[in-house]
Amino acid sequence: MQEEQGAARRLLKAAGERVARFGPVLVAAAAALLLLDLYLGGTGLGAALAVLVLIVVAMLFPERQEKRGAEERIDGGARLIETLPATDLAAAVQDPLYIFDEAGGVVYANRAASAAFGPAVPGLSLQLKFRAPEMHDFIARAIEGVNGDLAIDYVERVPFERAYRVSATPIGEGTRLFVLLFKDQSEARRIDRMRADFIANASHELRTPLASIAGFIETLRGPARDDAKAREAFLQIMHDQTGRMARLIDDLLSLSRLEAKPYGRPGEKVDLRLLIGGVRDALAHLAKESGVTIELDIPDTPLEVAGHRDELVQVFENLLENACKYGSSGGRVVVSAGGGGPGEERTVTVTDFGPGIAEEHLPRITERFYRVDVETSRAQKGTGLGLAIVKHILTRHGARLSIRSKLGEGSSFTVHFPPP
Amino acid sequence: MQSQHIMRSFDEELRFLANQIGAMGGYAERMVDEAVAALVGGDVALARKVIEDDLYLDLKEREIGEKAVVIIAKRQPMAADLREIVGAIRISGDLERIGDLGKNIAKRVVAVTEARQPTRLFRGLSSLTELALTQLKEVLDAYATRSAEKIGFVRDRDEEIDAMYTSLFRELLTYMMEDPRNITACTHLIFCAKNIERIGDHATNIAETVFHIITGTTMPPERPKVDQSHKIIATVPAAQGGK
Repeated sequence: MQEEQGAARRLLKAAGERVARFGPVLVAAAAALLLLDLYLGGTGLGAALAVLVLIVVAMLFPERQEKRGAEERIDGGARLIETLPATDLAAAVQDPLYIFDEAGGVVYANRAASAAFGPAVPGLSLQLKFRAPEMHDFIARAIEGVNGDLAIDYVERVPFERAYRVSATPIGEGTRLFVLLFKDQSEARRIDRMRADFIANASHELRTPLASIAGFIETLRGPARDDAKAREAFLQIMHDQTGRMARLIDDLLSLSRLEAKPYGRPGEKVDLRLLIGGVRDALAHLAKESGVTIELDIPDTPLEVAGHRDELVQVFENLLENACKYGSSGGRVVVSAGGGGPGEERTVTVTDFGPGIAEEHLPRITERFYRVDVETSRAQKGTGLGLAIVKHILTRHGARLSIRSKLGEGSSFTVHFPPP
Repeated sequence: MQSQHIMRSFDEELRFLANQIGAMGGYAERMVDEAVAALVGGDVALARKVIEDDLYLDLKEREIGEKAVVIIAKRQPMAADLREIVGAIRISGDLERIGDLGKNIAKRVVAVTEARQPTRLFRGLSSLTELALTQLKEVLDAYATRSAEKIGFVRDRDEEIDAMYTSLFRELLTYMMEDPRNITACTHLIFCAKNIERIGDHATNIAETVFHIITGTTMPPERPKVDQSHKIIATVPAAQGGK
């Protein structure tokens, strides 16, 4: 009984709402009917009757209308999808995506595409941007509609290796537009390479210390068996060599791990001032050991760059460590920074006042295992990988390293970060 | 290319020309990369493929030249359009030369890999190649996106290549002095390094052409040449004199 009453009340309420919503239309209709009736010479009674019918119809309408409202909400999404701009959808895709016309001209590039392959200007031609012969064939076949939904592998070698699975698909029917989608496969590929590289480098670089240890063991077993003094000296050398091997393995792993990491523009904001302060504290012990004082010459304003904190710590640790080790004869190391203004590149320079590096070595010292002086490097427990790691990290940050040095005066290593 | 001509077919012709440059660029980049990979890995089959690929570049260069002449005769282009077309002819010439240099490296693969060489001989060459290829990619990307700002940077990189080449020259010379059995391989490697350095020079030429196409002005002329290898002298250690 109460339920029935409730239902009736709801119906009445809905009817009222409906009448209210159609108010202006109803009033207009009623006025028109009244005028028509009067014009035709009626008394207005017929018109009043018609208006009544009108209102009743309007009140009965709601029930059906309510039901349709629910349906409307469901196909609202479906209908919205039909009218949704394609660009909104493309922008929401996390992988690089291009929409191109039948001449290969880029019509739209999403943000991931601009981040991975540089900004797309209007009229950019895909065949000019992706020049690899197989990409040319692939795009041509996609435009002719031959390859259906096949995909190919595309590899960019420089500035660092990236591998993609690329697919090209026509959009809709008769639009003559196509979508080119890149799926990043770099990680799997890099892990493969990492394994191969690691084995190649490790076997080559570990063989030398291993051979020397084997030699000493042989001597200890044979001629030096009863020579306590020689034994002590040999054991010390062997100890040094095993330490070197352990460091080498650490560095190789660190480099390989960096290379295996997926590429992504670093997003975190890092304040270099704090970071460098931390690195200096961490290296205080080494500096003291080498007899070097580390001076910071950094402005008080924040020096922010976009980057991965841990990787940047590694960069400055390596640079400062090198400066302390190889520039110890200068007695001091200066870290200076500049260019905090908007749109300016940020630079950090690590300067030592040691013996300096001869000009012919400068272009090459970031290569793996390139050593200016093998003896000094060994004595300083270098692995030949420090600067290679620095360079690799900086490339990933869109930053670069420049090196200046003069024999007898010292060297300075400058890191240039792009403006944020 | 961005400009709209009244005749749409003219736009299409210009676009065709640019896309052909793209195709040539892709081949040239690939050839250099594969030639050095073949050299480092001792892959004779890959070297042979590179040598064959050069035919494609020769063909394309001729095609672009002929097409450009037809366009000039038919459309009588002026200003930016003319720069675009003449630029395409010049870039295709440079790319064809890059292909030749790549082919020359590939031809030396057999001689270098006859006896297995230690990896340290190739390490410097690999990084020199990486620099040159990065430069070539940047300049062709600048051509694709019509961005003149990046071009100055490309020229800076050429200095890096020259310095690296000088250093590599010195290193290879040292190996030859250490052991005369290295002489065959190292001589070939010096030529390969020189070829790569020349590829850098061609990339710089393309950079200048692209700058001219985009801005209509020529790049500032000064370009310091820092290839110092002509000054390097191998000094024979005195101790060996008595042997």
